Amino acid sequence: MARLNVNPTRMVLTTLKNRLRVAVKGHKMLKDKRDELMKQFLELARVNKALREQVEKQLRDAYSNFVIASAVMSSEVMEEALMYPKQGVSIDVGKKNVMSVDVPVFDFKTTTDDTANIYPYGFANTSAELDNAIENLSNIFPELLKLAAVEKEVQLLAAEIEKTRRRVNALEYIMIPKFEETIKYIQMKLDENERGNQVRLMKVKDMMLEEAIVEKQERTKNAIDGFRQNK
Amino acid sequence: MYKIGVIGDKQSVQGFKAVGLDVFDCHTREDAKSTLQRIAEEDYAIIYITENFYDEMKETIYQYNEQRLPAIIPIPGMKGSMGIGLRNIKKAVEKAVGADILFNED
Repeated sequence: MARLNVNPTRMVLTTLKNRLRVAVKGHKMLKDKRDELMKQFLELARVNKALREQVEKQLRDAYSNFVIASAVMSSEVMEEALMYPKQGVSIDVGKKNVMSVDVPVFDFKTTTDDTANIYPYGFANTSAELDNAIENLSNIFPELLKLAAVEKEVQLLAAEIEKTRRRVNALEYIMIPKFEETIKYIQMKLDENERGNQVRLMKVKDMMLEEAIVEKQERTKNAIDGFRQNK
Repeated sequence: MYKIGVIGDKQSVQGFKAVGLDVFDCHTREDAKSTLQRIAEEDYAIIYITENFYDEMKETIYQYNEQRLPAIIPIPGMKGSMGIGLRNIKKAVEKAVGADILFNED
């Protein structure tokens, strides 16, 4: 593993140690986040799957009603019947925070005077099959809305999990080893310098001692010589 | 206050009009694409698209996937389900987990 390209000094060592500590802490927290997201995601994905299967089945039924209706009625009459809707739908979008992922929550309101009569047409020209089809469809509608919310949440969570996982991996397999490697390198370099210094000092001391001894010997010798001459 | 839109071929989506959704019936793929781009900018929170169009404009739709709004949801068209919705869930699971662990029974 490559190490960072830094100068092996004490200051860099301290900074790196700090960064390593932060990275380890961040890694742990991100890992927790990922695990929790994953737990919620899998639960939701199961719900999503069941819901989608159910909605698709119901929609199929509704469509078949429509097919029957359009077989009984001419397409012009049908289009005319459906042209001006009586019921309007508006939704409120709330917020839900799932592990720091901002997920929309849909809450729908229908704007209609009479909930029992949602059919936007008179009964004279239309067939009962169309009534069935529309009733069917408006029954499915809440499910359809729930499906939209769940599916969006699944998508958002999946994206977030992917991002988090990538971060966790980057920290775990690249950043942290790199820091450790670099710290080790600097420490060894510093130790090596220290040893070099020690040796140099010892050497200097040796040299100084030797000089001192030689000087002392000379002085002694001189003294002895002087003493002999004086005699 | 947000609205709900439906994009699809006329036959499939006309019924949604009666329920109160805003219906955009499109004939061609380009038509659907430009409609989607247009209404995604407006205050539509949910846009349902029939699967035959959804399949043809995946790239456009994926741009919106990671945004909060709108939620673009495939629904089966008149011709029946093509399994795109389920495939999407499967893909999301693969993206998140790295392997498909929900659908291995089929």
